[in-house]
Amino acid sequence: MRLPKGRTGCLSHPPLSPPCIQGGRLACALFLCLGLTACDREQRSLNGQPKAETIALANDPRDLSYQENSYQLSQGQRLYKWMNCSGCHANGGGGMGPPLMDDEWRYGGRMEDIVRTILHGRPNGMPRFEGKITEQEAWQIASYVRSLSAQQGQDVLSARPDSMSASEPPTLAERGKVLPENNLTGPKDEQN
Amino acid sequence: MNVLSGKELPRDGEMLQGEALHARLDKTWRRDPGLWGWVTTTDHKDIAHRYIVTAFTFLVLGGLLSLVMRLQLATPESGLISPDRYDQIFTMHGTTMMFLFAVPVMEAMAVFLVPLMIGSRNIAFPRLNAFSYWMYLAGGILLWVAFILNIGPDAGWFSYPPLSGPQFSPGKRIDIWAQMVTFTEVAALAVSVETVATILKQRAPGMTLARMPLFVWVSLVVSLMVIFSMPAVALASSFLIADRLVGTQFFNPAEHGDALLWQHMFWFFGHPEVYIIFLPGVGFVSEITATFTRRPVFGYPLLVLAVVAIGLLAFGLWVHHMFATGLPRLGYAFYTAASMAVAIPSGIQIFCWIATIWDGRPRWETPLLYVVAFIITFVIGGLTGVMLASVPLDLELHDTYFVVAHFHYVLIGGAVFPLLGAITYWFPKFTGRLMSERLGKTSFWFVFLGFQLTFAPMHWAGILGMPRRVYTYPTGLGLEQVNLLATIGAFVLATGFALFLVNSLMSMRRGTVAGANPWDASGLEWATSSPPPPYNFPHIPVVSSRHPLWDHRDHLPVMTGLRVDDRELLLTTVMEARPDLREPSPLPSSWPLWAAITSTILFISSIFTPWAVLYGSVPVAITLIAWFWPKGPVTPEPVIQ
Amino acid sequence: MSGGDGLDGALFNRLFALFLIVSLTMLALVLAFLAAAWFRRGGVRQDGVADENGRASREPLLRALLIGWTALIAIGLIGLTFASFLTDRGMADAIPPDRRTINIIVTAKQFWWDVNYAFDNEPSKNIRTANELHLPVGVPARVTLKSSDVIHSFWIPNLAGKQDLIPGRVNDLVLLPNRTGVFRGQCAEFCGIQHAHMALDVTVESRAQFANWLAAQGKPAPAPASPLQKAGYLYVMNRECSGCHAIAGTAANATVGPDLTHLMSRRSLAAGTLPMGRAGLYAWVADPQGVKPGNNMPYVGLDANELHAVTAYLETLK
Repeated sequence: MRLPKGRTGCLSHPPLSPPCIQGGRLACALFLCLGLTACDREQRSLNGQPKAETIALANDPRDLSYQENSYQLSQGQRLYKWMNCSGCHANGGGGMGPPLMDDEWRYGGRMEDIVRTILHGRPNGMPRFEGKITEQEAWQIASYVRSLSAQQGQDVLSARPDSMSASEPPTLAERGKVLPENNLTGPKDEQN
Repeated sequence: MNVLSGKELPRDGEMLQGEALHARLDKTWRRDPGLWGWVTTTDHKDIAHRYIVTAFTFLVLGGLLSLVMRLQLATPESGLISPDRYDQIFTMHGTTMMFLFAVPVMEAMAVFLVPLMIGSRNIAFPRLNAFSYWMYLAGGILLWVAFILNIGPDAGWFSYPPLSGPQFSPGKRIDIWAQMVTFTEVAALAVSVETVATILKQRAPGMTLARMPLFVWVSLVVSLMVIFSMPAVALASSFLIADRLVGTQFFNPAEHGDALLWQHMFWFFGHPEVYIIFLPGVGFVSEITATFTRRPVFGYPLLVLAVVAIGLLAFGLWVHHMFATGLPRLGYAFYTAASMAVAIPSGIQIFCWIATIWDGRPRWETPLLYVVAFIITFVIGGLTGVMLASVPLDLELHDTYFVVAHFHYVLIGGAVFPLLGAITYWFPKFTGRLMSERLGKTSFWFVFLGFQLTFAPMHWAGILGMPRRVYTYPTGLGLEQVNLLATIGAFVLATGFALFLVNSLMSMRRGTVAGANPWDASGLEWATSSPPPPYNFPHIPVVSSRHPLWDHRDHLPVMTGLRVDDRELLLTTVMEARPDLREPSPLPSSWPLWAAITSTILFISSIFTPWAVLYGSVPVAITLIAWFWPKGPVTPEPVIQ
Repeated sequence: MSGGDGLDGALFNRLFALFLIVSLTMLALVLAFLAAAWFRRGGVRQDGVADENGRASREPLLRALLIGWTALIAIGLIGLTFASFLTDRGMADAIPPDRRTINIIVTAKQFWWDVNYAFDNEPSKNIRTANELHLPVGVPARVTLKSSDVIHSFWIPNLAGKQDLIPGRVNDLVLLPNRTGVFRGQCAEFCGIQHAHMALDVTVESRAQFANWLAAQGKPAPAPASPLQKAGYLYVMNRECSGCHAIAGTAANATVGPDLTHLMSRRSLAAGTLPMGRAGLYAWVADPQGVKPGNNMPYVGLDANELHAVTAYLETLK
C-alpha cells in the first residue's frame, strides 16, 4: 500500500500508514480470541434430551443449561401460558394458587425443586404434570418461574411479554405474613 | 507555529508560491507523525480513506455471507446451515450491506471528494468527522463480534416487532442490532451535517450553486435526506430497545401499542435510505460521463432538478412497503401514484446520460463501461419497481424473490456499479496511481455478467412463488433450476469483486503513476496533485464556469491571501459564493476518539442495564466538555510587513 | 404459480401483462438509444480542445427528443396508475354484498395456520382444522385474518395476493376461486425460525364435494378398534399429546396445537413440511425437532412401542 519510492515531500501521502496495519493485526487477534468464547446465554438448543427421572437433592447439572438461558426462559414463558399455569398462579401474582413473584417458596426455590413441583405435583391443588409435558418443558417453565421473582439475571429476562401487563403482587408485609425460616434454603418436604 | 520571522510570510500571494509556499502549508496542515498522528488526524482525506477501506471490508464480509446463503439455497431442503444460523446470516447480510457498507461508503466518497471538488482545504467540522468514523467502526465491530459469538440479530434488517420484540426475540440479539443502528445513525448524521455546511459555505469563489459539480449537488441533497430521514429510525430503534429493556409498550397491541407503528417509522427512513444510496450513484455517473465523453453532461439543470425531485418524492412513498398490511385502500392510490412518479425524474436522468454519450466523443474505458452497465441494470430495476408500485401486482409479488431481484437491480445496478466506476475513476486521487485497465475490464465483465446471472433468475423464482427470507424451499415447485443458476451467478459475481479488489491492491503499489489530471477531466479535484497534499490546494482556485479545467486549461485563476501559518479556510456566501470570511480549521485532536470510546461504552452497556444511560453519560459529558473547551487565545492575526 | 385460478389471480395476470408490455417497450427504447450512442462514436469534443473530425453538437434535436421521452413516460405512468387503480377497485367490488359467502377465520401461529369455518346462524356446524382450506368453486369465501403471536402474511399465489396477519388487528380477504384444483399457500412475512415451513394446502372442489367434506369434518373421531390403536389412544389421551392438541369426541381438547380430529384427511403434515402418510407420521411424531427445528412441538422421546401405537391411532383419524 505504499507509494512509489521516487516521490518525496508531502505529496507522498500513504492512505494507510504502518501503525494502522499493526492496529489491524491486533484487532484481528482480539477478534479471534473473542470467537473462542461461546455465549451460553444465547445458545438455542431446540432438542432437549429427556432422561429418566433423575431429579436429585443435589444440584442437577441441567440447571446450567436452563437457568440464565434466555431462549429456554422465553419458551418457558410461552408454556406457562399454554399449559394454563396462569389459571391458578395468574401472571405470577397468584390467585387460586400461590403467587410466584414473591420470595416465599413452599417447596423450595431451586430449579430442581420447581421442576419437581411441576412434574410430581403438590398437595392441595398443584396437579402432576409428569407425562403431560416433557421434562425439557418442565425445566423451561421452572426457569421462567424463577425469573418471576427476579432470580434470573436481568439481561436474560425479557422486559415484558406481548400481552397485558401483570400487576404487582401484594408484598409480604401487606399480606401480614412473616417469612418462614429456611424459606430459600431447600425443599420443605425433604426436610421433614 | 505562530512565531513570525521576517522571512516567513504569513499569507500566500505573489511573494510566496511554489516550493516555499508548499513547505509552509505542509508544515501547517500535515498531520502529526506516527500512530498518534493517525489517530488524531482531522484531514478529510485520511478519514475518508479509512471509511472507504472499512466499508469495503464490510462489503466483503456481507458478500461472503451471501455466498453462504446461495450455497444453502442451491438445492432444495438443503441442510448445510441450520435455520437459526441462516436467519442470523440473512439479517447480517442486509444489515451489513445497508448500514455498514452502502450508506457509509457513499458518505465517505462525499467526505473525500466534496472539499476537493469545491476547492476547499478541509471539510467543515473535521473533528466531528473523525468522531463519526470511530462511531461507525464501533457499531460495525459490535455487530460482527456479536455475530461471531452467536448473538447475531435474526429478525431481518427490518426487525418488525413483535418478532423483534421482547417476547419473540429473547436474548440480546435484537438489542445489539438496535444499538448498531444508533451507532450508524450518529455517524451518518454527523457526516451529513458536515457535508451540508461544507457545500453551502466553503465553495471556491465564483462557484455559484448553478456551477456546482453534479456530485456536489447530489451530496447536498443526500445529506439533507439523511438529516430528515435518519431521526425516524433512530427514534424507532430507541422505542424498540425501550420495549425490550425497560418494558415500555410502544409496539404491544395488548397494551394499546401498535405493531404497525414500527413499520411506518422504519419505512419513513427505509425508503429514503434507498435513494440515499442510489443518488450518489447519479453523481458518480454524471461526473464519469462528462469526463469520458469529453462533453458537459447534457441537461445539467434538469439533472439537478431530477435529483431534488427524487429527494422530495422519496419521503412520500414509504407505504408501498406496507400494501399488504390492510391499511385503507384509497390511501394506497396516493402512494402508488407517488411511487410511479419517481420514474419521471429517473427517466429524464437516463435520457440525459445516454444523450451525453451520443453527442460527445466517448472513450470506452472501464468507468464508462460501468456507466453503461448501470444504465441497463438500473432501467430494468426501475421498471420492476414500477410494477411493485401497483397495489394488485405488489400484493402478489411483495416479499417474494421478485422483490429481492428488484432491489438488487436497483441497489447494485444503481449504486454499486457507479461506485466501482467511481473508485476506478478517482483511484489516482486516492493513491496517485491508475488502476490496471486490463484487469479492470476483466473484472467489469465478471461483475456485470455474474450480476445478471445471479439476479435475473430471481425474478422468475418470485413469480413461481418463492417467498423471501426462507432458509430452504420444497422440491416440486420448479424452483431448483433458477436457484442453482443464481448460485452459480453469485460465484461469478464474487470472482468479479475479488478481481476488482486484487486490481486495486496491486495498482496501489504498481499502477501507472498518474499526473494531476490523468483523464483530462474538468473538475477542481483534478487541479491539484494526485494524491492531493494535506492542504488540498496551494492557492484557492477561482471558478467562473461549470468546467473550470476545460475553460482555463493552463491558467486556472486563483485567490490569495489565506494564512499559511495557521489552518485557515475561506468561507463564501451561500448562493453566489462571494468571498465572505476567513475561518480557522481545527487542529488535530484526540478528543473525538475519546468521545467515541465513552459513547461506545454508554451505548453498549445500556444494552445490559438501563442505568448505564445515567452513569455512562458522565464520561461522555467529560470528553465532550474537554473536546469543546476553549483552548486559550487564538493565534494572533499576522501583520503583513 | 401466479395463475388465473381465482379472481385476484385473473386480474393480476391481465395487469401484469399490461405492465410487462409497457416496461419492455420502455426498456427497448432505452437500449436502442444506448446502442445508437455506442455505435455513433462521435459527436464533437466540447472540453475546450479543437476537434477537427467531430460532427457538430445536436443539442436542439436532443432537447426535442427529451420532451418527447418525458411525455411518453408521463403518459405511460398515468395509464399504468389508472389501470392499477381500476384493477384494485375491481377486486374490491367483485363480490355483491348480498351474495352468500363462506366465513373462515384463519389465525396464524408460529408456524402453522389455525383454520376455523364459522357458521354464524348454525354455530354447531363450526369446524376447526389446521393448515388446509377447502373451498367450493365459484363461491366467495371471506377469510378473516388474525395472528396470535407475530406478523405473518397469508398468500395463496394462484388465488389471491397477500394480506398480513398482524397481532392486535383484524384483516380480511375475499377468495373467489374459479376452477377446481389443489393450490399451495405460504406465509410470506418473515415470522421466525420456521418461516420457510409454514405452508397451507388449498383444495378447491365442487360444491357437492365441499359439502361432503364439511359434513365429514363435523363428525367426531371414531373410537379405536384394534388393541394397538387402543394403546395409542390411551397414550394420546393421558400423556403429552393431549396437553396441546384437541380431538373431537375425546377428552383431548387443548387448543395450543393443531386440531387432530381429521388429521389423515389433510394433504400434508406440519404445515406442508411432510407429505401425509404413515412414513411422514412416524418421522414427525418421533422427532418433530429434527424435521422442523425450532417449531413448538417438543421432542417427547417415545419408545418404539409407544411410537407404533400412537401412529396406529393417529391413522384412524380420517
